[in-house]
Amino acid sequence: METAPKRLRDYAKIIRSKNAGPYRLTFDILFRDDVSFATVCESQAVTKKSVAHAYGVPIDQVSSLFVVPMGRAIKVTLLRPKGQGDFGDSDMYGCQQHAPLLDLPVQTRNI
Amino acid sequence: MKSITVLTPTGTLGYGFGAEALERGMTLAPDVIAVDAGSTDPGPHYLGSGEPLVSRYSMKRELNELILAGHKAGIPLVVGSAGGSGCRPHVDWTVDIVREIAREHGMGFKLAWIYSDIPAERVKRALAHGEVRDFEAGFALSESMVDETVALVAQMGHEPIAAALERGADVVIAGRSCDDSVIAAFPIAKGADPGLAMHMGKILECGAFSAEPFAMDVMVGIVNDDHFLLEPGSAARRASVTSVAAHTLYEREDPFHQAGPGHAMDLSQCRFEQVNERRVKVSGSRFIRSEDYWVKLEGVRRAGYRSISVAGIRCPTMIARIDDILAEARAEALRYFASNRFEIGFHVYGRDGVMGPLEPQRTITSHELGLVIDVVAPDQELAHGVCHHVSGNLLHTHFPGQFNTSGNLAFPYSPSEIDAGPSYRFSVYHLMKLNSPLELFPICVEEL
Repeated sequence: METAPKRLRDYAKIIRSKNAGPYRLTFDILFRDDVSFATVCESQAVTKKSVAHAYGVPIDQVSSLFVVPMGRAIKVTLLRPKGQGDFGDSDMYGCQQHAPLLDLPVQTRNI
Repeated sequence: MKSITVLTPTGTLGYGFGAEALERGMTLAPDVIAVDAGSTDPGPHYLGSGEPLVSRYSMKRELNELILAGHKAGIPLVVGSAGGSGCRPHVDWTVDIVREIAREHGMGFKLAWIYSDIPAERVKRALAHGEVRDFEAGFALSESMVDETVALVAQMGHEPIAAALERGADVVIAGRSCDDSVIAAFPIAKGADPGLAMHMGKILECGAFSAEPFAMDVMVGIVNDDHFLLEPGSAARRASVTSVAAHTLYEREDPFHQAGPGHAMDLSQCRFEQVNERRVKVSGSRFIRSEDYWVKLEGVRRAGYRSISVAGIRCPTMIARIDDILAEARAEALRYFASNRFEIGFHVYGRDGVMGPLEPQRTITSHELGLVIDVVAPDQELAHGVCHHVSGNLLHTHFPGQFNTSGNLAFPYSPSEIDAGPSYRFSVYHLMKLNSPLELFPICVEEL
């Protein structure tokens, strides 16, 4: 049976961005519960490739991705497009870069 | 080993904490109050200018409460990354406030302060010996970049703070410090397992950000032989396994492996357990001593002087052509001043002002745009002149499809240009090898 397409925000409790030092932008996705975490992990919705695509950057600009079962979290980090505070930088704390992840599509297997 | 309790009042000293939370936290009989007061997070300005991150009012108010609480309980107070960047003017400013508080209360205690400024010559010597390496800056450090750098600090480890405590200091004001070391210094000095103390420091340094609901507020950590416990000060909050484990991710790239001065942390085998409604137990944090002692350098250079202009655009025909109009305004200014000694940029809110190149939505759907014209030039007069020229040009420019010929920008302010003063940029974010943990962090002690 077809169901409405799901997005990452349907599974996560917190989706946030922040500087990790002046040259990295790190994203934390914290899930609502174990089932949501397992569903998204299994769906392969959050990969270096999908994140690069969501931000329109080459995949080598995604410096790391970690699945953190103890924190029920997925963590992904981008190279900052501009160094923090460099000319043209638009977000000193890097804390408003999360929006594209909210709508990242999550395709689950139909049961 | 006797258990050691650390009370951290907030994530950044000067950003506040609850009176109830501090009072309740103090009933857990902490052995030390330890708090971080800075970071690179607010950007390069504070290190470059020496201006403190928070107001003197905020710093004095919060230091006053903590000094009184520590004095009453007979326990020391440790402040790390004083003033925001931990540079000499920030340490001196904080020390001056501590002296004033002591004077006002007629208190006597031993005050220690630790500088973290690194002489350029020392870095050059390290460069010559191949003892500097890039951390994440993406470029190799050169002698000329060190010469351009106007302020340079290194993040101290726990050792200089522990040394100040061992000299009997009741209040320690430390310059730039690893935030976890600020919290871990006292427990390590008293014989705690450094892996547990350091991991506890990584979580406590943000105060009650690791609790739920999270806030800039009091958090208490208790380190024992083979685990540590976390509990928020305020009865209105709790620590949960997910709130604590999730916080281990915050503001860092690798949640499992983190290097610090003289060590690396392995958090991959950590266990988090809920021991009661408000308390979480953490074990399995491993401290791996490294052979050499490297510290992280942070330096900034002055890129010039900034002027900005803020304006709104409501005209739909102008919004439709905004990219071309801004590109032309920029090109015209370069021709007019016959120079490229300055930078002109635009933040266009309603288009991609927040995310810039990372913005996936490329079409404008807003009925109005906010524009910040950003100019950095070698001197303030030129920056102001260029900024005014660009805003004046945009105000009166003609474009195809124009209906309104009386002016294109809605300025909220007169003057329309704001001089923002010197503009700093990070120029050093590299690791340097030290001869010893104490080598570049001189400790001063004074009996008040």
